[in-house]
Amino acid sequence: MPDIRLPKSLPEPGLWCQGCGHGIVSRLIMEVLEELGVAEKAIIVEDVACGAMGMYTIDSFWGSHGRTIPAAIGIKSINPDAIVFAKPGDGAAYSIGVAELVHAALRGNNITVIVINNTIYGMTGGQMAPTTLPGAWSATSPQGKDADKYGVLDVFKLIGELNCAYLARGELYDIPAINKTKEMIRKAFQNQIDGKGFSMVEILSPCPTNFHMTPQEAKEYIHTEATKYFPLGVRCDKE
Amino acid sequence: MAEKVLMKGNEALAEAAVRVGCRFYAGYPITPQTEIIEYLSWRMPEVGGTVYQAESELSGINMIIGAAAAGGRVLTTSSGPGFSLYQEGISLLAAYDFPAIIIDVMRVGSGPGDIRQGQGDYWQITRGGGNGDYRTFVLAPNSVQESVDLIKHGYEIAEKWRCPVIIASDATIGQTMEPVVLPEFEEHDPKKHDSWRVRGNPTLEGKDQHLLANVFMAMDWVDNGSYFEYYLDKCKKMEEAEQMWESYMVEDADIVLVAYGCSSRIARETVELAREEGLKLGLIRPITLWPFPNKAFEEAKAAKAFCTVEINILGQMVDDVRLAIHDRVPVDTVGDFWGVPDPDRIIAKAKELLGL
Repeated sequence: MPDIRLPKSLPEPGLWCQGCGHGIVSRLIMEVLEELGVAEKAIIVEDVACGAMGMYTIDSFWGSHGRTIPAAIGIKSINPDAIVFAKPGDGAAYSIGVAELVHAALRGNNITVIVINNTIYGMTGGQMAPTTLPGAWSATSPQGKDADKYGVLDVFKLIGELNCAYLARGELYDIPAINKTKEMIRKAFQNQIDGKGFSMVEILSPCPTNFHMTPQEAKEYIHTEATKYFPLGVRCDKE
Repeated sequence: MAEKVLMKGNEALAEAAVRVGCRFYAGYPITPQTEIIEYLSWRMPEVGGTVYQAESELSGINMIIGAAAAGGRVLTTSSGPGFSLYQEGISLLAAYDFPAIIIDVMRVGSGPGDIRQGQGDYWQITRGGGNGDYRTFVLAPNSVQESVDLIKHGYEIAEKWRCPVIIASDATIGQTMEPVVLPEFEEHDPKKHDSWRVRGNPTLEGKDQHLLANVFMAMDWVDNGSYFEYYLDKCKKMEEAEQMWESYMVEDADIVLVAYGCSSRIARETVELAREEGLKLGLIRPITLWPFPNKAFEEAKAAKAFCTVEINILGQMVDDVRLAIHDRVPVDTVGDFWGVPDPDRIIAKAKELLGL
């Protein structure tokens, strides 16, 4: 076993495929929670897909697919001292659960949402997402995604004008990008501690298994192609 | 002695929930239960509770799921088409052993149906409209007073067994004003459920983590098969312990009517009218629809036939009566789409069953 110093709340690596970004995101979240001193009162609401395969030791509730955001709101209402966050993927947040996302952003609920956007349905085996890039292959767009028929959903355009305290997008391409993403995650949790309202980070993440690419190719694809449709940076930051 | 007040059924349900410690409500307006969310929209803030008019029933039930996961006493309410949207959430509540009350103020019809009273949701509420292998309690009040009493009882059994409770009211009971004695105020502390709720893992040690999902219970317990035994045993015990019913002139009855909710009030009147003309009718009124009150039927030794009285066409409760009496004598139904059948129709059916 190599000497991997994991956060206390993440005693073992997750169960993801090689080259997947979920493991990095999990570690970033747990590091941030511990650095902010709130891991002991953190509660994660997981969606029922790849994202749920983390081996955390913080309290965890598995919500219904696409409904992690309302469940997080319910937990936070009963236990306002807890640091509650939902961790859906792009399918959960932008397709089946899009109404729940929009209205949470509209109300400005004081929760944190971390969305992993890998531009594809991972757990079910590589079907088209609202974030799948135009022309991209997926199991349900075998001729390439017809963007005239389906479009491409950028969450900045969807909720950027609503009531978000913080809305940002990061990537996991290299160490500087990962560090930048970590600071976004930190801000999204700090906002909840400070009671500022709805704070969300979307993280572009490679899915080599379902892209049918090597980990390196998948990383390059997300970095060079996905960012054309999903601009990196901070969209909302209310003081 | 507590004071009697005059209240509408729906508002009494809402006030009773507040009084027994419910501090989280999320729901969506739909006739004929909208008074509940309207009432709670001003009442909850008075007692420091939270109320959300959710963007949909799906969001509403998942909000109460989260609040239940955190140990709160929680409530959501709907009717007909809206209640159908709750099924995914009810399945999850049952799978995770979460206590909660979900009220269905039944209206008429499948699809969008209409806003008049109905009892067509019987199969959905007693069999479970969600996926998988689960049971929920179903309580069916037939008056405003009983609506209130069953809220208090509902939270008690929901927490005792860690099982969601459906209260099956209907448009008539929900919209009727009657005198009612409300329950005393009680506090609910979510910490009462610290042994299982998500509360934040104080040690960050894996052994102290609360990981809420039935697949984890099943995984942890899979070595000795105890999750399977646990859930089966729990359902059997709930079925044995929690049957509730009211019997009226059953012992010597030739024909025993079986009716719940607003239908039971017409059925009771029918028994009285029939007895005046020498026809021996009786009534079993299930208060729990699940568990179905099988024990009530032991008393009906003289019965030559049973007849359910329901506001639906297909006689949805007939199967449960047949099972309760092991098909010993015939079971028929008299039902209607738009309302409770008239006593005349019920008596005519009783005579038909007796070959008169």
